[in-house]
Amino acid sequence: MALTGLDIFKQLPKTNCKDCGSPTCLAFAMAMANGKASLDMCPHATEAAKENLGAATAPPVRTVKVGVGEQEIVMGDETVLFRHDKTFYHPTAIAIQIPDTLSGAELDAKIEKVNGLVMDRVGQKIAIDMVAIVNASGDAATFKAAVEAVAAKANFALLLAADVAGLEAAVPAVAAKKPLLHAATAENWEKVVALAKANNCPVVVKGNGLDDTAALVEKVAAQYKELVIDFGNTQQAKTLAEMVNARRLAIKKKFRPFGYPMLACTIATDAKEEIVEAATYVAKYASIVCMKVDEKPLLLPLMAWRMNIYTDPQKPMTVESKNVYEIGAVGPDSPVYVCTNFALTYFAVEGEVVASKIPGYIVAVDTDGASVLTAWAAGKFVAEPIAEFVKNIGIMDKVNHNTIVIPGYVAIISGKLKEKSGYEVVVGPQEAAGIPAFAKARYPHLMK
Amino acid sequence: MATNMLKEKYSGKINTVTLGATKEQGGTRTSTVTVGGESTMPFLQFEGDMPLKPVVAMEIQDINPGWHPVLNQVYAEVMDCPVAWAKKCVEFGADMIYLKLAGAHPDNGDKSPEDCAKIVKDVLAAVGVPLIVVGCGEDEKDNAVLPVVAEAAAGENLLIGCAKQDNYKSVAAAAMVHKHKVLAASPLDINICKQLNILISELGLAADNVLIDPSTAALGYGIEYTYSILERGRLGALSGDKMLSQPVICQVGYEAWRAKEAVATEEDFPNWGNQADRAILWEAMTATGLLQGGAHVMVLRHPEAVRLVKKNAEELMVKAEI
Repeated sequence: MALTGLDIFKQLPKTNCKDCGSPTCLAFAMAMANGKASLDMCPHATEAAKENLGAATAPPVRTVKVGVGEQEIVMGDETVLFRHDKTFYHPTAIAIQIPDTLSGAELDAKIEKVNGLVMDRVGQKIAIDMVAIVNASGDAATFKAAVEAVAAKANFALLLAADVAGLEAAVPAVAAKKPLLHAATAENWEKVVALAKANNCPVVVKGNGLDDTAALVEKVAAQYKELVIDFGNTQQAKTLAEMVNARRLAIKKKFRPFGYPMLACTIATDAKEEIVEAATYVAKYASIVCMKVDEKPLLLPLMAWRMNIYTDPQKPMTVESKNVYEIGAVGPDSPVYVCTNFALTYFAVEGEVVASKIPGYIVAVDTDGASVLTAWAAGKFVAEPIAEFVKNIGIMDKVNHNTIVIPGYVAIISGKLKEKSGYEVVVGPQEAAGIPAFAKARYPHLMK
Repeated sequence: MATNMLKEKYSGKINTVTLGATKEQGGTRTSTVTVGGESTMPFLQFEGDMPLKPVVAMEIQDINPGWHPVLNQVYAEVMDCPVAWAKKCVEFGADMIYLKLAGAHPDNGDKSPEDCAKIVKDVLAAVGVPLIVVGCGEDEKDNAVLPVVAEAAAGENLLIGCAKQDNYKSVAAAAMVHKHKVLAASPLDINICKQLNILISELGLAADNVLIDPSTAALGYGIEYTYSILERGRLGALSGDKMLSQPVICQVGYEAWRAKEAVATEEDFPNWGNQADRAILWEAMTATGLLQGGAHVMVLRHPEAVRLVKKNAEELMVKAEI
């Protein structure tokens, strides 16, 4: 069980010296309880406190890393069962399988395709995270050749799935890339774990259900702790139940054998069914989902789902408010749209300004990431702050007109805004989706 | 096996609600749909019951809504005729038909309440599945239309809506008199959701005659808010909160088919690939994501999305030995 702030406070020196960066010892204790601070930030903590708190505040799910440099993936380190209790921290890595039965030009083409699984949406780059080379041939030399070929060209971290012979052949050559080895099982774990340890790579422990896997992890963890758990997915509902149980036990009972990141392989054979299957594992605690599908239009929805689930519910996504956004080849005639800096609001407007095919400026008023109506209700998106913001950002110096377009939902502020700012205030459509029609009607001469 | 299990003990459960009524029950439906009854979080049957699987309602409208080309392709021949459209949806595997009376809107044809009631009767005559009927969204008009529809379809046990915090009396009263179920819609706010359920029950309509529409945000456009509200509502219900124990309906199709990722053509966004595939999955993923939050009825548009969501629910309903 995680300690409360008060439990931690009792062990602190109570000097209120602020050396830790918190205003008081109690505030520091609360920050520690929330996982926002660690005891080593307090220079005055006693040895006894370090001993007591060190064990009790150890993270319930161990942090395990795969890959190196820009390809590195951080897994684990989660603290809650529901995202609304705090947040989920490390987004599920998506691993795409490449069978080692491909070779030569076929293999090159596949690597190129997988490397290309990078897309942009709402201003962010989203991509798969891992390439899983699978020893489908059953032959160690073939596997080694495929692994080396993929390692030389792939832009993502590696997952190597093979039996002992395959792993022993392939791992040493690519150990510098810190691949994840799949898998240590009841039959082979001593050899696979020894190989992982010798090459300093994380390893997947694959059991068969909860009890079996816990027993296996216990044996392995006595020797090596860079682990990822795989319950051996044979049935979606079963894997869901196992992952939920494992994560609950790790967080609520500090049950150490399940205190590691988890991996799930999809079992559906139809590509679209595979994507919806993966949605469950992304929502329910998998650190890696290993899949076969490699088509962008199918992976895009899964990546969006991952992005959404791992959004911090305490911090709305925002866009930078310091800049004026220029959409398309803007000129002094271009319209000026005003919206808030809530990322979803901004990108909805941006998307529609693009779609209108009329270049325009967007000013994202800093509302601390609140949407138009939320910010309006909170008094952050009303006449004075908007007038001031638009003035300070200097957008009106870039255009030869005096007009700003505001969202239709805040039409009520238009009079006062005009009065305060001296600008001509035009009430735009309520929904961003209406912008193309609005712009075409109002600025036909600016159509590209 | 029990050594490594951590079973939660819940005191409450989700209401069990039946929609539609057969001949014996005073209606004309050939099938009814029953949802709810869970005493556990979604699909976790090792610690409680999930007696009924989630269902799919397919959306039709009384006037041609001019949907996205990918959808128009599927429904081109029936979109001008709600009766033919409803039949087609049943062929596609709809457990229910969701009929939106868009043509009642003052800006959209301004159909009279009687005309709307006739359309509802026609659709009822054409298909045997239960019906969800919602108004055009203009409060004043819906208050005129929905009571007439409720009366005309008395005995059919419709799900009728939407009741909102500032406009719930007339639809709730009509449902009470003519024995229908009410769809209570709140704007992504669990407190308003609960308050609305309290207001409706204070009118005298029992809590188990209500389904919750918590507002669905599409994948990529705020779905995480809906997801967390579903989870919080479900946890509330399982801990015994009767005013959060209503089954949940998610209007997925409308939201998913507005998302840029569904609407944008491959020509404009070559890096997103085939549009039909991504649009269908945008809808299916919005629904399967929300199934994990605990939704009971999914309102969908594309038949392939319907297939995928049903398949996903079926896989997750398997009672697993762990």
